[in-house]
Amino acid sequence: MSNVKIKTRDLNLYYGENHALKSVNMDIMGNEITAFIGPSGCGKSTYLKTLNRMNDFVLNVKITGEVTLDGENIYGSGVDSTLLRRKVGMVFQQPNPFPMSIYDNIAYGPRLAGIRSKVKLDEIVETSLRQAAIWEEVHDRLKKSALGLSGGQQQRLCIARALAVQPEVLLMDEPTSALDPISTSKIEELCMQLKKDYTIIIVTHNMQQAARISDKTAFFLLGEMIEYAPTEELFSLPKDKRTEDYITGRFG
Amino acid sequence: MRRTFDVQLEQLHVDLIKMGSLCEEAISLSAKMLQEHEEQLEKKIFPLEEEIDQMERQIETRCMRLLLQQQPVARDLRAISAALKMISDMERIGDQAADIAELAPYLGNAAKNDVLPIGEMARATVSMVTDSVEAYVKENIELAWKVMKEDDVVDALFQKLKEDLTQLIRKSEIGAETALDLLMAAKYFERIGDHAVNIAEWVEYSITGEHKKSEIESNL
Repeated sequence: MSNVKIKTRDLNLYYGENHALKSVNMDIMGNEITAFIGPSGCGKSTYLKTLNRMNDFVLNVKITGEVTLDGENIYGSGVDSTLLRRKVGMVFQQPNPFPMSIYDNIAYGPRLAGIRSKVKLDEIVETSLRQAAIWEEVHDRLKKSALGLSGGQQQRLCIARALAVQPEVLLMDEPTSALDPISTSKIEELCMQLKKDYTIIIVTHNMQQAARISDKTAFFLLGEMIEYAPTEELFSLPKDKRTEDYITGRFG
Repeated sequence: MRRTFDVQLEQLHVDLIKMGSLCEEAISLSAKMLQEHEEQLEKKIFPLEEEIDQMERQIETRCMRLLLQQQPVARDLRAISAALKMISDMERIGDQAADIAELAPYLGNAAKNDVLPIGEMARATVSMVTDSVEAYVKENIELAWKVMKEDDVVDALFQKLKEDLTQLIRKSEIGAETALDLLMAAKYFERIGDHAVNIAEWVEYSITGEHKKSEIESNL
């Protein structure tokens, strides 16, 4: 049974003259962690952003080809990109909590979606914080500013905030590169918990991280998706010499 | 790029070649002891075995350090994990060569008997060990396959030796204890051949990523 969540076909992206993604074809499975690796500027983050149309905000961008979520083209006419981003949430490299209380950070999305009931919001806040494995650390200071949390806690708060709007897919752009090893391992554990309910796609420069947590890994180079395979296979017996050269540090 | 890592891998190769040549020396020496029992030879073999054990620990430490520092992937990971497995077989080869040497004084002239192919077994296993280590260092898969095939030759020699011994016993041309000791010495050579095959199989894994593929396929 195939469980393809996101499918891209012949996806090309241009920033003006710069051909940043070259005919990317990829099937991303649901309830798995998929990692994107590759050198800076290879297109992995650009590709990640096409999956919830974050590139719509970039001037001069042109996208051709197809990205489908559960079989529906997300670039099709009549697609509400706000609704899309609720389904496909995003966590960034730098934790970016809003300058408001912990509670309000989590309730922000649900309130925007029209939820007013305090009981309901309380429930969403608790569930989201629990799912992001940070409830125990913050439940007695929900009204305090989120900016008072440590970097690792802020990042888990951002994950909780993304979960509060009940997404199906979570995009993570180097979510631990600004964190210490303990916070990093908490987030990695969290990702492995979350994949039961969500589809997770993570961009990382840390190859050991990709090897540790992901089910499949894709290697990008110069805008091309070079190799995409089960993680264990890609890191033990890569098929393409360029993948081998990159992961073993023979590049350059 | 990754100069330090390449130097460390090169050093690992040098150590493996050294350990391999110590094994060859140990087997040759024990084979020689069967032909001509000299105290001089006996004095050499046990320090040699000790040196092989030390090399095992040294290479083990080197591999552990490489795993820790370089967190190898792909062919580097295969090469280092193969080395870790290979040295266990080399260490056993050293032990078995010493076991043969221990038997030598009790065999008297029996092992010099040209009818018995024990010298041939010794030569064949020395070349298997040499080839298996060379196959690793040069990433030569044909050479690894050659070692795997050669095992049949050693097994056949062991079978022949057993039959020849049976004949000698029947004709009462050999003492019972001597015959048993000879059989054990031959069995040690046969086991050394098996260890060389194990090494060759790890070489195959290091190059192709498949371990004992042919064996698995033939069992399907």
